[in-house]
Amino acid sequence: MTSREPFGRSIGLLAVIPAVFLAVFFLWPVTAIVWRGLAPDGSLDLAATLDTATNQRWWKVAWFTTWQALVSTGVTLLAGIAIARIFAKFEFVGRRWLRAGFTVPFVLPTVVVGTAFIALLGSKSPIGLNLRDTVTAVIIAHVFFNVAIVVRTVGDAWARLDPRPEQASRTLGAGPWTTWREITLPRLLPSILASGSIVFLFSFTSFGVVLLLGGPARTTLEVETYIQTTAFLRLDVAAVLAMLQMSIVVLTLVFQRRMRSRPEIGEQQRSEQSIRQPIPSGRHGAAVIATLATAFAFMLTPLLVLVHESLRSGDRYTLANYSALNDGTSVMFVTPLEAIWNSLRFGIAATALAVVIGGLAAVTIAYTSGRAGRTLDLTLMLPLGTSAATLGFGILITLDEPPLDLRTSLWLVPIAHALVGIPFVIRLLVPSIRAVDDRLRKAARVLGASPWKTWVSVDVPLVARSVLAAAGFAFAISLGEFGATAFIARPEHPTLPTAIVRYLSRPGAANFGQAMAMSTILMGVTVCAVLVIERFRIGDTGDF
Amino acid sequence: MPLTTVFSSNRTRLVTLVIWIAIVAGACGSDTNTSSTATEPLPSPSNPKTITLVTHESFALSQDLLAAFTAQTGITVELLTSGDAGTALNQSILSAGNPLGDVIFGIDNTFMSRALDADILDAYDSPLLAEIPDEFKLDETNRLLPVSVGDVCLNYDVGFFADSGVAPPQSLADLTDPALKDLLVVQNPATSSPGLAFLLASIAEFGFDGGYTWKNYWADLRANGVRVSPGWTEAYYGDFTWAGGGDRPIVVSYASSPPAEVFFAEPPPTEAPTAVVEASCFRQQEFVGILTGTTETAAAEMFIDFLLGVEAQNDIPWNMFVFPVNINATPPPEFVEFSLIPANPLSLPSVAIESSREGWIEDWTDIVVR
Repeated sequence: MTSREPFGRSIGLLAVIPAVFLAVFFLWPVTAIVWRGLAPDGSLDLAATLDTATNQRWWKVAWFTTWQALVSTGVTLLAGIAIARIFAKFEFVGRRWLRAGFTVPFVLPTVVVGTAFIALLGSKSPIGLNLRDTVTAVIIAHVFFNVAIVVRTVGDAWARLDPRPEQASRTLGAGPWTTWREITLPRLLPSILASGSIVFLFSFTSFGVVLLLGGPARTTLEVETYIQTTAFLRLDVAAVLAMLQMSIVVLTLVFQRRMRSRPEIGEQQRSEQSIRQPIPSGRHGAAVIATLATAFAFMLTPLLVLVHESLRSGDRYTLANYSALNDGTSVMFVTPLEAIWNSLRFGIAATALAVVIGGLAAVTIAYTSGRAGRTLDLTLMLPLGTSAATLGFGILITLDEPPLDLRTSLWLVPIAHALVGIPFVIRLLVPSIRAVDDRLRKAARVLGASPWKTWVSVDVPLVARSVLAAAGFAFAISLGEFGATAFIARPEHPTLPTAIVRYLSRPGAANFGQAMAMSTILMGVTVCAVLVIERFRIGDTGDF
Repeated sequence: MPLTTVFSSNRTRLVTLVIWIAIVAGACGSDTNTSSTATEPLPSPSNPKTITLVTHESFALSQDLLAAFTAQTGITVELLTSGDAGTALNQSILSAGNPLGDVIFGIDNTFMSRALDADILDAYDSPLLAEIPDEFKLDETNRLLPVSVGDVCLNYDVGFFADSGVAPPQSLADLTDPALKDLLVVQNPATSSPGLAFLLASIAEFGFDGGYTWKNYWADLRANGVRVSPGWTEAYYGDFTWAGGGDRPIVVSYASSPPAEVFFAEPPPTEAPTAVVEASCFRQQEFVGILTGTTETAAAEMFIDFLLGVEAQNDIPWNMFVFPVNINATPPPEFVEFSLIPANPLSLPSVAIESSREGWIEDWTDIVVR
């Protein structure tokens, strides 16, 4: 494994920046708010804490939170892998657009898609499927929101797999199922586990979906933390919930690491185009088209409901909702262009932070095999599994004095977005860095290249695609304003999701129509952003 | 705006300045900084000030009006928004003494007691309080000054009841009538402010004593098929027959929702498509206060006077869909025409709400959803 460390012992220095970032913007605030909850007067009230911690009610909530997240992850993985295969193996008209389109649900505010879901899966369901107030509806929605993570992560890995082992396996008489189980699956496992762990954490901290579709009787730890902090200001209970939440996250991540403990196979990297084929005719082709059509219908129907609503005013079809977006007199009013601009600025800042800090962490984690790398890896995942209320209120009581009085700084927004984006960068980059064929590095060194030169000319081009994929996610996370920022007081710079939610908090047909118009704009911006990011090329990602 | 100036470089400069002042003040001795507040001249266009208003996402006021205030007084108002009133208040409580801003707007009568107990507000005896009826002055200490008043009420879809021939509800008790089975959607009081207001309305109406309490009422509502939605948006745009694709013609919303349905329609109808059940209304008042620890007390007070003044009060209805509290204010006639001002809205003392909120919501959850 020593040859994995092109920078020698100095590699540890790279980890300092991500470690400090995490300590200042996550560990310190969260520890402080938990401690404030457990020891409001400075001394720990152990009896009260134990009393809360042993309350059966929270354990029931924790159990529901965990099992629904596990089931959601399983279903999302199954659906995601099926779709990823099609995107990786076949070339067809509109492939890029469709693939970018899958990211859209990921960025839409839950409350927006929520009304579409109620229309489709409620008591007036056009498909006769009333799933309101069921766990099934929650799981379906989780698949809808998160399947892009699997499609893109596993799809990218799949597209780069050398197809020859499969071909050899089939030639030697193995059936498609055996080939998949014995040859393909083991090689895809790192990306499956990586995306699976992120989907798990997103489903685990689910808030809006559970509230809306699960019915009032089902709550997650995230929902309970929100109620305890916002409605009751019971920091003691919230602290116990936060610890419970984090313990489950750590246990799951450790378990997940066990599963991938076998080293990643040094996979030859290939360019995608060389292996993608047209959709075949016959039975196989029909199955591919059927899968694609189902996925298409599932993902697009709720989105088309929104677009349709945005074009309606009374009984007419019109662009009135769009043109009305430019009229407003209130101090809270924002034009779509301003909102797009605000969203893009936050997005760029958040993506830059996530890629730089996550990238440094990924390099450290990939090149070191010790405990330090593993700890960094695990700790950087924690923000995904922590309640937004806990982090937001924690920041409020810690980063409150100069030189770090950031409580009302606009920078907090991209920082919070980056905390969610960093795990994506790490999950996508580490397997990709580890998969770089070590013989290439050795060849470079033998030919006289310095460690730095070797890294730039061998590693960087090979992981560039993963960097772009990770940047795409970080950007999408920021565009979608994930929960992380819900509890941060922010100066008036409304983004697209903020503007949408504001329209939706007022009665009147025009307000609803304008919310739908703004949502349609957000969808458009997302597809464009993802397509633009995918067009970037860092270094040469050509064939080897 | 270039990207470099985007993330409040003003603030960075301000912080640097503050640090320098602190260093200089420390070096010169301790008596220099105590006398400065007393002789501080009032804010004016030649002595410009900036204050920060901590508020929730539903705050709104005409841009022109605020710009005129700035031109007149030299006071720039920066907005700092948090998701909802509860979050904004809790954030202010957690940062007591070292406040996020100078003024907080949006604390309502359900959260008032929590704000007063937390000791995060300075008293201000605004001269404009003379123009506000006593019924709205819920805080005798004048730490929370009333700005607006509105009501959370049941709304119903007029067309649905006309078509179905069923009589719309007249009272809270009517909702338990089997004729209205499966027609009501409410918000969860644990996650929604109108949801809490409606729970409080039922508590005010049915009380705790006697043979039939608010708990019996909710057990009956559950038996009659009440649906619970997490928030106003989900209930109104998801479940309500008029505004959404839902199947519930009765929803908990505001007394001002019918005028909004007229105003925000193209073309505006001559009659409101929704109506309010007057006997179901729960009074909601919003307050403004000065956050303890502010260094801009004079500017904060001038802003509060502006907010309580006739111009801003007249501006409030179409922006925040509530009524002004200043007796000299004249709300826009179109707003008044379709609005209903309940004669005897239900209400509960703020102290009782704060001390019992958690217990009531727990009980409600046990009765209605578990």
